[in-house]
Amino acid sequence: MPSVKFIEHNGTEHVVEGNNGDSLMVIATSNLVPGIDADCGGECSCATCHVLVDGEWLSKLGAISETEESMLDLNPDREPSSRLSCQIHMSDDLAGIVINLPEFQY
Amino acid sequence: MTQIVIIGGGQAAGQAVASLRQEGFEGKIVLIGEESTLPYQRPPLSKAYLSGAVPAEKLLVRPEKFYEDRDVEVHLGTTVTAISSDQKTVTTADGTFDFDKLLIATGSTPRKLSIPGSDLNGIHYLRTMADVDAIRAQMADAKRLCIVGGGYIGLEVASVAVSAGLSVDVLEMEARILQRVTTPFMSAFYHQLHEGRGVKIHTETGCSGFRGTDQGVTHVQCGDAEIEADLVIVGIGIVPNIQLALDAGLACDNGITVDDHCQTSHPDIYAAGDCTNHPNPILGRRLRLESVPNAMDQARTSAANMLGGDKTYAAVPWFWSDQYELKLQMLGFSADADAAVLRGDPETLQFAQFYLFDGKVVAIDAVNSPKEFMVAKQLFGHSVAADDLANPEVDLKSLLPSA
Repeated sequence: MPSVKFIEHNGTEHVVEGNNGDSLMVIATSNLVPGIDADCGGECSCATCHVLVDGEWLSKLGAISETEESMLDLNPDREPSSRLSCQIHMSDDLAGIVINLPEFQY
Repeated sequence: MTQIVIIGGGQAAGQAVASLRQEGFEGKIVLIGEESTLPYQRPPLSKAYLSGAVPAEKLLVRPEKFYEDRDVEVHLGTTVTAISSDQKTVTTADGTFDFDKLLIATGSTPRKLSIPGSDLNGIHYLRTMADVDAIRAQMADAKRLCIVGGGYIGLEVASVAVSAGLSVDVLEMEARILQRVTTPFMSAFYHQLHEGRGVKIHTETGCSGFRGTDQGVTHVQCGDAEIEADLVIVGIGIVPNIQLALDAGLACDNGITVDDHCQTSHPDIYAAGDCTNHPNPILGRRLRLESVPNAMDQARTSAANMLGGDKTYAAVPWFWSDQYELKLQMLGFSADADAAVLRGDPETLQFAQFYLFDGKVVAIDAVNSPKEFMVAKQLFGHSVAADDLANPEVDLKSLLPSA
């Protein structure tokens, strides 16, 4: 199974495995990675699964949808690398992806 | 502390398990759920799960392996028959469990009709995965669906069913659909939307009984009139599951009474989710909410406090509803407002209705307008010029408190 490295805001690292097709949000919550609330369960309705995608990995992700962009646009912690982890689905291409977690979810 | 028992197997229960382990609790966790399924997401039941777009395994909030790996003792299909708050035990048909701390996350049950014919085959309520499995099995062959109750559940079902080719009637006792939960403006918008898609809405129409054969329901009776139907879904609200708490002597009042730490009237017993009546320090009043974010937040709060923390639950309530291609996101209560400001054009199916009280934002209904919804989250409680909100030329970012 491909792995994902989540890095908490305080630097704590979590390397966990996930199934292809599962969202990074599901992989994080299934492995008790703190810092992702995901209140809406992955419907792109709440923006509480905000993550920052590390460096080169960003270009390997698909385009951001209009809804996701709108949900992120006003986030005070918005960075160019911001994504909602419920909208990123695991695949072999993403094996080893590095994800940074923001300090807060809004 | 060695043992925490959780009664309930819904989203509050599932989140509580995760939060307890995340907070470092290494003792025993016993989860006792009445349904035969591990905690799953309930909102898609009336939406993507009903339509078949999302399979059952995708609804689980965490996979089965999670509970094994984290050493959670799970008892599914198990009914709790009593809580002893003195002895600190929970009794089930399978045996008795001791607890050091107890979380009651029993949720709610659909309000039932008790009118002639209401036990006919083909009449359903919608709360659990099993309910929807039963509905889907009959929906495949059904032609005419009648929905009793024009609330969010009923309207979500209507959108799925009419899109699947069924003839759909909605009966609403009040003068308008969604009367209990939204403004006349939003009721009118959704009324028009559904009628435009072919749903027949009957307001000020109560259901007085059902007629049918051994095979099942054939007609829904509304006083002197009858509507043909071979499938009926009743969505007329829920009642909180408080009987166990009442019998245990816990304070209850339209829900299990908890404080802002989710603690009940017994110091070792907490409650979370639909079943609670809780104070909201932001709104300055007590609420009972039928909402997933509330269930999750209260579960996190309960978990922290059961482990000796000091976490207060204070969040502005929010909700969402998916009908057709429309995503409605709601924050706060429009009933608290003295003014409404429309941004966008409802004709385009993309608009937001901001609600103000004394010039401050207290609520929003955002249709296909996630950006406006996120703005309202940040503007909540802040004064804002209504003209700016209404003017699509004004950048929303410029209205934020920090701008």
